[in-house]
Parts: sequence; C-alpha cells; structure tokens
Amino acid sequence: MKKHDKLKLEVESKSINEGFARAAVAAFAARLDPSMDELGDLKTAVSEAVTNCIVHAYPDSIGMIQILCRAFEDAIEIRVRDHGRGIPDIAKAREPLYTTGGEDRSGMGFTVMESFMDELRVRSRPGAGTTVTMTKRIRSRK
Amino acid sequence: MRYRIDDSTAVLEVAGELDHHTLRDISLSVTHIIETYLPKTLILDMSGVRFMDSSGLALVIGGSRKMAEVAGRLIVRNVPPQPMKVFTAAGISRYVTLENSRESSVNV
Repeated sequence: MKKHDKLKLEVESKSINEGFARAAVAAFAARLDPSMDELGDLKTAVSEAVTNCIVHAYPDSIGMIQILCRAFEDAIEIRVRDHGRGIPDIAKAREPLYTTGGEDRSGMGFTVMESFMDELRVRSRPGAGTTVTMTKRIRSRK
Repeated sequence: MRYRIDDSTAVLEVAGELDHHTLRDISLSVTHIIETYLPKTLILDMSGVRFMDSSGLALVIGGSRKMAEVAGRLIVRNVPPQPMKVFTAAGISRYVTLENSRESSVNV
C-alpha cells in the first residue's frame, strides 16, 4: 500500500449533511490540487452517495453514515458506508432511471457516480447495510 | 426563490446549491407557479446555481412533466458548467430544452 492521508467522518442521515459531507470531502481533496472540474465531480459523487443513504438506507429513521477518504499521490478514494436497509438487487439499483424513491428522485444517482468517478464498487447486504467505494484520479497536479 | 410572470411566460431563478435537501422548496415553487399562473412556458434560470446533483434532474424532469400536463413547456436556461455536466451525464436534452440566453456566459 502506498503512503496516503486519511479522513474519517461520521454524520447523521439528515439531508442538511449532504452539503456538509461534500464540502468536507472537497476540503480534504484540496491537498491533491484538483481542478475545479475534478472538485465538482467529487462533490457530485459524494452528494449522490450520501443522499442514497438518507433516502434509501434509513428511510424511516436517522442512522449514521461513515465517509472514509484516502488521498494518494494522484488519486482519491471515497468510501460511503451505512448500516441501513441494504440493496436487494444492486444491478437493478445501478440501472439508469431506476428508482424506488418516488418522483423526487431521478434514478440517476449511480449513473452520475459512475460517469464522474473512475471506479465504483457497491457492496450491500439486505438488513446489514451498503458500502459504496469510489476512486478518482486527480490529473491536474502532475 | 425569485420569479416573474410576463404574459404567458414564467421565469424562476434557481440559485444556490440544488440537492435533495433543497429540492423540496424549489419543487414547491415550480408547482405553485404552474398551478397558479398556468404559463405556456416556464423558464428555469439556473445561472445562480453553484452546485447541483441528480436532484436537479428530478426537478427538471418533474417540471417538464407538470408543464406538459397544462399543455405548456419547460425551458432550462443559463446552466453553469458543473450542473451542465450532470445534465449531460443523464442525457437530459432528450427530455428538456436547454438554452443559453447570454453570449458572454460559459460555453456549454
């Protein structure tokens, strides 16, 4: 494992924390000197992942959301973890326009994460929770 | 949320950060304008949006559907670069008309 800096953050699944989580990750990512464009991509992906926890993992309760970041020399890994309901069918959940969130949700959250990050892995177990791990290369520095 | 009505056109200025947290208020404004004024055209002016995630997609797709129900149409105008990337990733131009009213604004 290469040398890396870490951030560990835990927030309640309240929608006010969507903005807080993406701002915190953006501030942490600043050490890699990302472009405005890359920063926008990171913030968008974090926003999607955290919103999923709030809307889907803990639909009727407030639970904790963990955000773990690792900054490598030229990349950042962001892991968003909950201990909520879990996703019964991950492939289905990742399909564009598929949502169980009603008309306030577009069903494009995973599609946006996939297109803005270089790598996206989803692990989930119904009743146990979900972990989304995303990686993005930061190119502007070198 | 600022808006103005002009003949049969309504313009709503969406500003700040558009996410799941802020969507509800903006969505209520859109519904209010449509139901109160029945405009032929509703323009969402997004020049003041500093950040947008996929909640913005739900806003414009939902707004577009509501406008279609009253035989009108929705136009999304002056989209800054970050929200534009989200729209592009979702292929939003299939559902909604995007416009850029100012020559000086960022080329999207």
